[in-house]
Amino acid sequence: MAKHHVTTTVNGDPVEYLCESEQTLLDCLRDELDLVGAKEGCSSGDCGACSVLLDGRLVCSCLVLGVEAEGRSVETIEGMAQGDELHPLQRKFLEHAALQCGICTPGILVAAKALLAKNPDPTETQVRYWLAGNLCRCTGYDKIVRAVMDAAAEMRGA
Amino acid sequence: MNPQAIGKPLTRIDGRAKVTGAARYAAEFNQPNQAYAVIVSSTIGLGRITGIDPAAEHLPGVLAIISHLNAPRLPYNPHKGGIDPSYGERLHVLQDDQVRFYGQPVALVVADTLVRAERAAAALRITYDAQHPIVGPRDKQAKPIAPEADGRLEADNVRGDPEAALASAAVAVDITSDIARQNHHPMEPHATIAAWDGDRLTLWSKSQFVANEQEEIAAVFGMAPENVQVICPFVGGAFGTSLRTWPHVTLAALAARQVGRPVKLALTRRQMSFTTGHRPRTLQRMALGATRDGRLTSIIHEGTGETSRYEQFIESLTSGTDFMYSCPNVRTRYRLVPLDTGTPTYMRGPGEASGMYALETALDELAYKLGIDPIELRRRNEPRIDESTNRPFSSRSLMACYDIGAERFGWAKRTPEPQSMRDGRLLIGMGTATATYPAMQFPASARARLLADGTAEIESAASDMGPGTYTSMTQVAADTLGIPVGRVRFSLGNSDFPPAPPHGGSQTMAAVGSAIRAACLAVQDLLVERAAANPRSPAHNMGKEALEWVDGHLRRKGGAASGQSYAEIVGAAGGVPVEATVSVARDPEIDNKYSMHAFGAVFVEVSVDPDVGIARVRRALGAYGAGRIVNPRLARSQCLGGMIGGIGMALMEHTSLDARDGRPVNAHMAEYLLPVNLDIPDLDVLFVDEVDPHVNPLGVKGLGEVSLVGMAPAIANAVFHATGRRIHELPIRIEHLLGV
Repeated sequence: MAKHHVTTTVNGDPVEYLCESEQTLLDCLRDELDLVGAKEGCSSGDCGACSVLLDGRLVCSCLVLGVEAEGRSVETIEGMAQGDELHPLQRKFLEHAALQCGICTPGILVAAKALLAKNPDPTETQVRYWLAGNLCRCTGYDKIVRAVMDAAAEMRGA
Repeated sequence: MNPQAIGKPLTRIDGRAKVTGAARYAAEFNQPNQAYAVIVSSTIGLGRITGIDPAAEHLPGVLAIISHLNAPRLPYNPHKGGIDPSYGERLHVLQDDQVRFYGQPVALVVADTLVRAERAAAALRITYDAQHPIVGPRDKQAKPIAPEADGRLEADNVRGDPEAALASAAVAVDITSDIARQNHHPMEPHATIAAWDGDRLTLWSKSQFVANEQEEIAAVFGMAPENVQVICPFVGGAFGTSLRTWPHVTLAALAARQVGRPVKLALTRRQMSFTTGHRPRTLQRMALGATRDGRLTSIIHEGTGETSRYEQFIESLTSGTDFMYSCPNVRTRYRLVPLDTGTPTYMRGPGEASGMYALETALDELAYKLGIDPIELRRRNEPRIDESTNRPFSSRSLMACYDIGAERFGWAKRTPEPQSMRDGRLLIGMGTATATYPAMQFPASARARLLADGTAEIESAASDMGPGTYTSMTQVAADTLGIPVGRVRFSLGNSDFPPAPPHGGSQTMAAVGSAIRAACLAVQDLLVERAAANPRSPAHNMGKEALEWVDGHLRRKGGAASGQSYAEIVGAAGGVPVEATVSVARDPEIDNKYSMHAFGAVFVEVSVDPDVGIARVRRALGAYGAGRIVNPRLARSQCLGGMIGGIGMALMEHTSLDARDGRPVNAHMAEYLLPVNLDIPDLDVLFVDEVDPHVNPLGVKGLGEVSLVGMAPAIANAVFHATGRRIHELPIRIEHLLGV
């Protein structure tokens, strides 16, 4: 079976890849483009480790087919820092010790970035609801919520 | 050693790689020309394979379908890795037609892409002759056995006459508990990439114990260990499931050899529910007898855990009971129930997490019967020594933990009667419990290398599944050498490095930290010899005893000169790096002299909605006495993670098996409930400033396990306080609390 040729934009760069019909966007990112920051935790959209933005919308890339990225814009964790300069969310995660093993971290950061793009001044409850789809097994969620709140405040210049 | 880094809340050294997506985990070392393997799991719980339809072999892209029909007979030379059960033999995968448990690997499909491998695996038709498996310890056909003594754990212990003391006790409680099977479910599934180069095998494989994985795979394939290299720089959580080397590692290596290409094999989330260990379900009885003023006169603890038919997995279920409180009459009994399931394995806080649940909920019950505050009851039974061994504790700060914890938590505001505290329509309860875990230290080795630029490279085959091994070990090396952490590069997760023990049992800091410290001291000694041999060195012809290291400089003892730096000493000898490799084991005398454990006091406030029966943790506090805290920021994080694991154990986690065929009915993240952001409230962690001069040179006891232990009983005790209902089953579910 011929593979599909996909032309898309990832983190602002035009990219192309070949993929199979059933290949997920997650596997295309990881195996075809070597962008391994998005993780596979469950393959069923339950854990959020594979979170990316598709045309600015937060999706589980394990539930999106690689072919669906055609002509669209994908943002992953690899595009979050500007060169050596970390995004405020990334810095605050380090300061608040809001990560341990790091597997869920990229997905949480991408999800949090999507939240702050929609709502620069979320309440704690809004942060908890928004991130309820991102499972973490080692760190402890409270630090993650604090880090997001702190980053939001800094980004607002508060 | 002049601590500059140890004790400081440094941010994690590996943090930048993790927040940018640059950190590479096992499945992310894709190899050129790599093929993909998918495990086909048995769909019966017991029986034998009667046929495998080869038609799937002809599907596009399929390179091989490997089963017991065509797999080579593997040598499976004897190997016990310390984390393996002493009795029994590991599953020999694809070596016969027997199915021992639901989900056992029965075939392996290898194809040029993952999609094609999955397609062929789904199409593969396997027929079975199925029998009825016994998968629950309460099944009438399940028979408990006494575990074979293996030197680590006695099945039966007794002192005094606990039966008589219980019968004559002024006040007694006698309770049972049933704690569910749990799966570790780290967010990173197990994965292995295997690549052969002639007779040499490289495995990029998720492992908490790369040294053992190397030796085990060498034994399975009948190879020399030096021909196997295991690489795992990052572990995406594990909690014990990556201590042992499970069949998928063998299968990845086998597949790669069969198809002559590198092969990647990742388990699905579903497969994480049956082939990679679990916390065994436990059934326990705890009977306590006491005087009217609350002195314990009898403790009887009988505990039974699940195991498989082919291995005896033992854990320290009853060990905490022997020494926790002062009591002249104590009996503990530990039994196993072999079942038609995979072998359980260590899961965070193994043994103590379940055993202390029984002890601490029974003690809470006793406190109510006596009308004594639960903390006061523990105070009255605080032992002077470990009464099971008659050894002193190397340090024990349990009551200090209760004191600072109670004050910070506001325990005094608690009104003792059940159902006496409310917030609107919600019932509020406060509970407390003791946590403990042994302070172990397995033998470990490390290499320290000083380079001509004055930086140090440290290597050990340790792992970092998240607590911060990279960071804390760098702190130890920096302080031992007297240089800033920025001049130390610590590498782990490679079996070519000096061997390190399993990254489990809360002893990585003690074991690997002690080895790194010793390696740094040894390399300093070598540098002293270099300097002494150099006629142009100020230390020429001087002995070690006349010299000292101060802030990374070697100088005459007590001298005023700043001395020679590492760069100067290495540079003067031609710039050739100087290295030392050292192995360190705990002095056995220390084990004979002291009883060594971390302790903690856990406080929880729950709310119970009386209309819908939902219990939620509103806040919690853990106060720990765990020796020296190397990095307070990361230590706090580690404890919070453990406490949340305890919340999961108490209120959510439960792998439910279908009694008909042993199938886990909730083998995915939608129905294996874990705490999520919305479930986790304000949590607090306190450390007692504990100095333990005996436990190891660093004075550390470890935090990973003790922080989970104690949480579940504290929650159950809080639920009792809120509702007046004592729940003897974990997890505590809505159906337990309806109608309170």
